[in-house]
Amino acid sequence: MEKHITLPLTEELARTLKAGDTVYLTGTIYTSRDAGHKRMCEALARGEELPFDPQDATIYYVGPTPAKPGQVIGSAGPTTSGRMDAYAPTMMSVGARGMIGKGARLPEVVDAMKMFSGVYFGAIGGAGALLAKCIKKCELIAYEDLGAEALRKLYVEDMPLVVIIDSEGNNLYETGRAEYLASRV
Amino acid sequence: MRQVNVSQITETVRRLCIEANTHLPEDVKCAIETCRACEDGAIAQGVLDNIIENYNIADWENVPICQDTGMACVFLEIGQDVHLVGGDLRSAVDEGVRQGYDQGYLRKSVVKDPVRRGNTGDNTPAMLYTEIVPGENVKITVGPKGFGSENMSAIRMFKPSAGLQGIKDFILETVEAAGPNPCPPMVIGVGIGGTFDKAALLAKKAIMRPLDTHHPDPFYAELEDEMLEKVNALGIGPQGFGGRTTAIGLNIETLPTHIAGMPCAININCHVTRHKTEVL
Repeated sequence: MEKHITLPLTEELARTLKAGDTVYLTGTIYTSRDAGHKRMCEALARGEELPFDPQDATIYYVGPTPAKPGQVIGSAGPTTSGRMDAYAPTMMSVGARGMIGKGARLPEVVDAMKMFSGVYFGAIGGAGALLAKCIKKCELIAYEDLGAEALRKLYVEDMPLVVIIDSEGNNLYETGRAEYLASRV
Repeated sequence: MRQVNVSQITETVRRLCIEANTHLPEDVKCAIETCRACEDGAIAQGVLDNIIENYNIADWENVPICQDTGMACVFLEIGQDVHLVGGDLRSAVDEGVRQGYDQGYLRKSVVKDPVRRGNTGDNTPAMLYTEIVPGENVKITVGPKGFGSENMSAIRMFKPSAGLQGIKDFILETVEAAGPNPCPPMVIGVGIGGTFDKAALLAKKAIMRPLDTHHPDPFYAELEDEMLEKVNALGIGPQGFGGRTTAIGLNIETLPTHIAGMPCAININCHVTRHKTEVL
């Protein structure tokens, strides 16, 4: 099913999204990769606040190329989400509900998604030039020393995504492949 | 004896870093478009359409195809009748990478220590491979390698008794384990023979070989076709969402090996299989 949604990703909205849905996402999202997640989880462990309000937030796993003059951002496709698996349950426990990336997730992440009504969206890996077109604003908000891995606040319009794992734990990587193979018999 | 100033190598590496990251080779585009025509599912078709639109945008706007602009793998084939002058070759290549990644607005993705990390800030050092060949030319290939796919690569030292079946099973097992992580559709490079290290290098060279070519030995040429078909019967599909196109190409490179062994390395690449060559 094709859906146009506007953030924040409330629990109510998250529950309407199903694995296999094509979603066009509009709103504010935050970027972070391994190094940023590590710092955020260390900050939480020390009882400190995050550089953004995590409640109903969506995090895009991306390290963009530098913007050319006149560009909002450089190429900005997803990185492999599995490297954030060690941190994702902690992020969901403080309210960050949406994740945008690519690739498989561990069962612990899926369990946390079921507990906190999380949604895992897939952006097309390797389509960084196309995805950059949906990013209308980009602001560096923390961890500047990490370069491409710094935390950025983005405003996106109609970002094309697919729901890979929904809040009930349904997984397009399993169902999509099974359906294709069944259609070949 | 022909003299080549290393400043020419710096300039060529600089330009090739930018061009390889911006313009996908025609054979790769052609393979993706052929696969698009064979997909039936709406999601798989949509993914391939977006991938095609993406490399067209990169072409027209001169922007990187993918944000992971890779480690710069630089292959130099240096003619034995060439005398390199004007400085140190390794520094000249790194300078080309430094300039290319800066001027091309490419991402700096290299850390200075594998365990203690810390970005080098300029994407150096290059992964440099040099080979001395007959003649008086210098052939330079730059192949930026992303790590979403590099991380899914594998190597195994087979006993000779494992035979052809062992290699076939290993290819399918590696692609299965990679699943959606390396941004399928993939390009699969298989290196068989040599030593532990040479097999890995063969696999890397295999992903750089044009996808519309075959191994010169018909035995391996047929194996390339057979294994591509088997990989595409796994159903992983574009981005792992299910479909026919799990891989757009599978190339095999081989070398003689020891009586006691049969090394096999598999280098996985994504659909953004970038490389550009120039001869000085």
